[in-house]
Amino acid sequence: MIITMSHGSGGASTAALIDDIFINEFNSDNRGELEDCAIVSGADKIAITTDSFVVTPVVYPGGDIGRLSVCGTVNDLLARGATPKYITCGFILETGLDTELLKKIVHSMAETAKEAGVRIVAGDTKVVEGNGGLMINTSGVGIICHDKSISSANVKVDDAIIVSGYLGEHHATILSTRLEIANDIVSDNAPLNDMVMSLVEAGVDIHTMRDVTRGGLATVLKEIAFASKVKIEIEDKLLPVPQNVKDFGGLLGLDPLYMGNEGKMVFVVPEAEAEEALKIIRSSNYGENAAVIGKAVDADEDGTLLLRTTLGGLRQLDVLQGEGLPRIC
Amino acid sequence: MNIETCIKYLKEYNGEPVTFMEVCGSHTEAILKSGIKSLISDKIHLVSGPGCPVCVSPSGYVDRLVSLSFDKNTAIVTFGDMMRVPGSSSSLSVAKGEGADVRMVYSPMDVIKLAESEPDTTFVFAAVGFETTIPVYTLLLDYVIEHDIKNVKLLTALKIMPPAIDYLCANNAKVDGFIAPGHVSVISGSDYYLDLSDKYKMPFAVCGFKPEELAVGIYGLLKMYENKDKGNLVRNFYPSVVTNDGNVVAKEKIDKYFKPGTARWRGIGDIDGSGLYLRDEYSIYDAGSYNLDSDVKLNPACRCGEVLMGKIDSTECPLFNKVCTPSNPEGACMVSTEGSCYVKAIAK
Repeated sequence: MIITMSHGSGGASTAALIDDIFINEFNSDNRGELEDCAIVSGADKIAITTDSFVVTPVVYPGGDIGRLSVCGTVNDLLARGATPKYITCGFILETGLDTELLKKIVHSMAETAKEAGVRIVAGDTKVVEGNGGLMINTSGVGIICHDKSISSANVKVDDAIIVSGYLGEHHATILSTRLEIANDIVSDNAPLNDMVMSLVEAGVDIHTMRDVTRGGLATVLKEIAFASKVKIEIEDKLLPVPQNVKDFGGLLGLDPLYMGNEGKMVFVVPEAEAEEALKIIRSSNYGENAAVIGKAVDADEDGTLLLRTTLGGLRQLDVLQGEGLPRIC
Repeated sequence: MNIETCIKYLKEYNGEPVTFMEVCGSHTEAILKSGIKSLISDKIHLVSGPGCPVCVSPSGYVDRLVSLSFDKNTAIVTFGDMMRVPGSSSSLSVAKGEGADVRMVYSPMDVIKLAESEPDTTFVFAAVGFETTIPVYTLLLDYVIEHDIKNVKLLTALKIMPPAIDYLCANNAKVDGFIAPGHVSVISGSDYYLDLSDKYKMPFAVCGFKPEELAVGIYGLLKMYENKDKGNLVRNFYPSVVTNDGNVVAKEKIDKYFKPGTARWRGIGDIDGSGLYLRDEYSIYDAGSYNLDSDVKLNPACRCGEVLMGKIDSTECPLFNKVCTPSNPEGACMVSTEGSCYVKAIAK
C-alpha cells in the first residue's frame, strides 16, 4: 500500500493505518487504550527530552530511522543518569511512502524499544505531500533513581576521559550510502542502557556523560571543557577509530573527531576510578572498544581542548564549524 | 634520517628566520593536524599559499553557478566544499535553500548516472581544481563523448600551479622555499618545479601528507635552503607516488581537452597562463566559462589576497575571526577546511 493524503485525514484510513502498523508493534497488550494521552507511573525526579529524526536514507547498513529514533532518545536520557521509561513518537509521512517500508521501520523501532527497556506509550501520524520519505519526532521520559549530579559542568582537574567505542561509523555509513561508496562500514546506532546502568549500579562516580552524536567527539569535549572551565588533553594515538572509517575520512577529507555517532557515550570519571569504569564499559553491550583517551589537565576559563598528535605536537580543537562537507581533493 | 632527528633539528634551528610556503590545501590541513608548528623552532615560519582551488575561485564564477542553478531544467553538480563559497550576493548553499537545483557529489563521474536518469535536465558540473583534479574531468569528457551524452556540461575554473608560484615569486612574496604540492606532483612529476627553482634560486620539497612525511619534507627544505648554493634545489620526499615525470597519460589527456589561458585568482588578480579552458573543438561542453573574472569583495576590508600571497598572516586581517568566521565566511579562505584562514581560525 502507498501512503496518500487520505491517510492523514483523521478518518477511517488514518485509523486503519494506526491499527494495522503502529498498534500491532507498540501496544499489542493494551489494544483498548487508544486515548488522547497516556497515563504512566512517575517518580520524584524525571528526565525529559525530545528529538527529531530526518535522516535519509531511512534504511542504511546497520539500522534505520526507527532504531535510530529510539537510540537517540534513550541515549539522551541516559546521559543525565536517568533510567529511560517512556517514549512518544510523531510520524510525519510523505505521500508515496510504501507501507511495507513503514512496517519494517515501525517493527525495528519496537524491537529497539524492547532492547532499551522503554515503552512507546503515545504516538501521532500526519501525512504531508512529498516523495515517499518519513520523519519521526520523539519525546523521551526517564526517571532518576540516584542522587548523583551528572552534568557537563562537573569535570574536575585530573579526571579521566573515556569514550565508549569506535568513532565516526554512523556518519560514514550515511555518507557512504548517499554517495554510493561501497565499503563495509555499518552504523553504530545502539541504546546504551546496559553500559550506563552498569556503571551507575557499580557506584562509579560519574562526573559527566555525553551522548556523542552530530558534531562528533571534539565538539562534545569542547563543550564539556568550556562548561567545566577545564583544559582537556586527548591523545590521537588513543582514539578508537577503525581503519575503514579512517580511510573513508581520508578519502573525503572528513575528520573522525568531527564525525557523528549514534551509539557512543563520553564518560568523565575520577582518575582513580578510570580503570574500573573502563572494565565495566568494555564488558557491557556495545562497549568492547572503549578507551581512556585523555584527561582534564588543568583549570582553564577558556575551556581549551588539545589533541596530542602522533608526532607529539599539540593541536587545538574547537567545536565543528559549518556542515562538515566533503572537500574537493 | 629518522623522524626524531628531523624534529630535533627543526626544533633547535637557530639560523636565519625562514618562511616556507605550502601551496596545497591538503598540506595546509595536514600541517594543522600534525601539530608540527608546535614542535619546530619559531624561526621557521610556515605559511599557506593559494593552494585551495575553492578559495581562489572568483566571485564571478560563483555568481554564474548560482545563476545557472535557477535556470529551468538545469542542475548544478558540485563538490561539497564549493557549496559555501560566497559569490557577490549568494552561494550555492543559499541558492539550494531557495529552491535551486544543486546536487552534491564526491566524484565528477557521478554526474553520468544523473544525466542518464534525468535526460531532460542539463547537468552543469562546477569543474574547479588544480592538476590533481583535472584528469578526472578528462575521464568524464571521454565518457560523455564516447556515449554521446548531450546533457552534461562543465563550468570550468581550472588552474595550474607553476604560473601562480611564478607570480608569487615575481611579486615579492616573502617566501624562502616551497613545500611543493604532493597531489599535484603525482600528476605533474617533480621536474615540474625545475624552471621556477632555477629562475628564483628557490628550493622546492615535494612532500607527502602524513605527519612524519611533513617532518622529513620540512627538514629537507631547510637543508636545501641552508645549502642553497650547492646542489639540487628540487627534491622529491614523496617518492612512493611521485616520479620525475609524473603521470604521462594524465598529462596527455589534459592537453587533449584543455588549453591554457589567463585566469582570475580570487583576491590576487589575473595570472597569465594559469587557467585551463576547454579547447574550441570541445566548446559544446562548456557552460560559459570565459570572462567570469569579476572579483567582488564582500567586505572591502577583506585581505584574502595578501593572505594567499603569504604577505600577511590571517590574524592580521581585520575581519579575521570577528566578522569573517568559519560559520559565516566573508572571504573564500575561510570557507574550505583547507582554506588558510579556516585552518588558522579553528586552530586559534
